[in-house]
Amino acid sequence: METIQKKTDPDTSEMVLVQAAKKGDLEAFSQLVKLYDRNVFRIAQHITHNEEDAQDVVQEAFLKAYTNLEQFQGNSKFYTWLVRIAVNEALMKLRKRRTSKTVSLDEDVETEEGAMPREVADWSPNPEQLYGQTELGDILKKTIQGLPPGFRTVFVLRDVEGLSTEETAESLGLSVPAVKSRLLRARLQLRERLGKFFNSRKSGDGKQ
Amino acid sequence: MKCTEFLKELTDYLDGTTSATLRAELDEHMHWCRDCRVVLNTTKQTIEIYRDNQIYELPERLRIQLHQAIMARCKSKKEGKRSDAAE
Repeated sequence: METIQKKTDPDTSEMVLVQAAKKGDLEAFSQLVKLYDRNVFRIAQHITHNEEDAQDVVQEAFLKAYTNLEQFQGNSKFYTWLVRIAVNEALMKLRKRRTSKTVSLDEDVETEEGAMPREVADWSPNPEQLYGQTELGDILKKTIQGLPPGFRTVFVLRDVEGLSTEETAESLGLSVPAVKSRLLRARLQLRERLGKFFNSRKSGDGKQ
Repeated sequence: MKCTEFLKELTDYLDGTTSATLRAELDEHMHWCRDCRVVLNTTKQTIEIYRDNQIYELPERLRIQLHQAIMARCKSKKEGKRSDAAE
């Protein structure tokens, strides 16, 4: 049996697990699934907007990773490699649902929306407290779902899941400047849209 | 510095990847420009709100089911490979 190092630096323990899994240690792969299943599920939900699809993506992504583990060279982190597989699976699901429209990461990214801020009112001191937890969740979901896939995916990987700009670029097969410009637009569009709910003018009456 | 120039650097500023010189220029601009100050602060809040309120959590029961399904499929893949090799 391979021994798995515990409580080491996450990159080292990830590498140890990957090496063991490559040699056929299923328990090591099971640990990798437990490390990243929540992240993969969140990313898949953000892209597909559908819980069933997201569950399928989690299964397919890990199975593909397992099947192709020998091809993983270790030049990047296992997580970055896994995210790339998951993003592709999720985009495929999205394409199936929207048969009339092709879906790609380049879709709608030419939009001018959010390029120049129109709303410059400040927000309430504690915008999150204007709404209950469920209502806030609905606002955040609706707002991010309105973004084109190419923007929201970059935002989710970079700002929600905390990948670096370089890792985001690698996961999506985009250049670093492309990630940066999409991230800026995604952040500005979200800001503009959330402003409708969080402007300080609204703090008196709570919801509209 | 114009507001459009400020805006172009917004992402690097928020990520702390601008040079010290550029950062000082951006700070100087913000000192005088209320609009850019508001845009910066509300953009920062946008990121924090999404980071602090995970809207899609994997429910624990579903997580266990998924984990079992994944491992069962991996196991049968592994056994399939082994029997291929034995033949």
